[in-house]
Amino acid sequence: MLLSRRAGLCAGLGLLALARLPATAHAATRDVTAGDLVIQHPWTRATPGGAQVAGGYLTVVNRGAMPDRLVGGSFAAADAFSLHEMTVDGGVMKMRPTGPLDIPAGASLTLAPSGRHIMFTGLRRGLTKGEALDGTLVFERAGTVPVRFTVEGIGAKAPSGPGQAGQAMPGPAMPGMDMD
Amino acid sequence: MPRTIGDAPRAVTGESAVPRAVILWGLALVCAVIAAGTVALMLMHRSPFHHTRPGGPFAMVDTGGRPVTEADLAGRPAALFFGFTFCPDVCPTTLSLLTEVMGRMGGAADRLNVVFVSVDPERDTPEALKLYLSSFDPRIRGFTGTAAQVAAMADAYHVTYRRVPVEGGYTMEHSAGVFLFDRTGRLDGVIDDGEDEASVLGKLTMLAAPGTCVPGVAEPSSLWDRPMSGGTRGLCGAS
Repeated sequence: MLLSRRAGLCAGLGLLALARLPATAHAATRDVTAGDLVIQHPWTRATPGGAQVAGGYLTVVNRGAMPDRLVGGSFAAADAFSLHEMTVDGGVMKMRPTGPLDIPAGASLTLAPSGRHIMFTGLRRGLTKGEALDGTLVFERAGTVPVRFTVEGIGAKAPSGPGQAGQAMPGPAMPGMDMD
Repeated sequence: MPRTIGDAPRAVTGESAVPRAVILWGLALVCAVIAAGTVALMLMHRSPFHHTRPGGPFAMVDTGGRPVTEADLAGRPAALFFGFTFCPDVCPTTLSLLTEVMGRMGGAADRLNVVFVSVDPERDTPEALKLYLSSFDPRIRGFTGTAAQVAAMADAYHVTYRRVPVEGGYTMEHSAGVFLFDRTGRLDGVIDDGEDEASVLGKLTMLAAPGTCVPGVAEPSSLWDRPMSGGTRGLCGAS
């Protein structure tokens, strides 16, 4: 009698733990699905002392038939979230705000160092390698999606993760990268 | 044989058919054209900087607020990187790469002056720079200054920088690359953004101790090399 009740309780708790709306998290790969979109491994980097800005990076795959756009978001440790693009023009580093970023149907959008990226400004505290912070991404169609940004090393060029050695790779080398 | 109108009278008179005045004016015109062309070329290729050779005198302050000048760099090769602390990407990654490489070089890196120079005097106070650089190799020095001092040093070192307003504040555009100077202050090479750790190690090793062979370190053929990452270079000491 007691055993079945306990089993029932465990099952109930287990079900409760699994129920997460509206996005489901795949803990192993840190992907988040939101409707047609799959958001892969949002990440940021540890900040140097006193830094008040940080970059945010991720890939969004659009598995649907309708285009979507990343229009904004938020980050737990920052006052503001904006979208920027970095270019090198004649040996000069330039950064410009971009408008909403398109995610065409059947394609992906990649935000990565040295290219298009999220700018977290008004950082309220430093970021430490190894931690993960809450944030949101706001899409035109998919709406507001809660995500977690993992904090990689200060000079990381790619996120560490399952299947990777956890070391910074030289240059962008993630599959499905859509850098234009 | 009847003479036609076009016949020059010189056979008859012995004088030049083209008057001396015309020749002189012609020469003057040619000179003017050459001069105008030269000026046009000069204007087209005009350098925005006052001195042809990058480097030389400057007056800034270090992270302790102490005045520094070119005398503080003299006698050692130098690697200078111009950036700002509100830079989310290139500056931390460049400083991080320099930190990794200097760590691998160990004591050999003591022979270099590695300097982060701010192009953002408004926000990058000596204190802010000190706090920022505390996350990197302690041998990396930081220079900042007044707006005029920063402008003068950037001009001397041929560094372009510009303040660009963005939502909620501003960012800085700035010349990329780590500039390498020999111990006399002459520009000897550059490390490009995007060079891999092996390439940076090779260049800084060559800068710190030219002509020496450090096992396992691939020496570039020149400090101006811009090798693609993944390229193979000869390792000194390899048979």
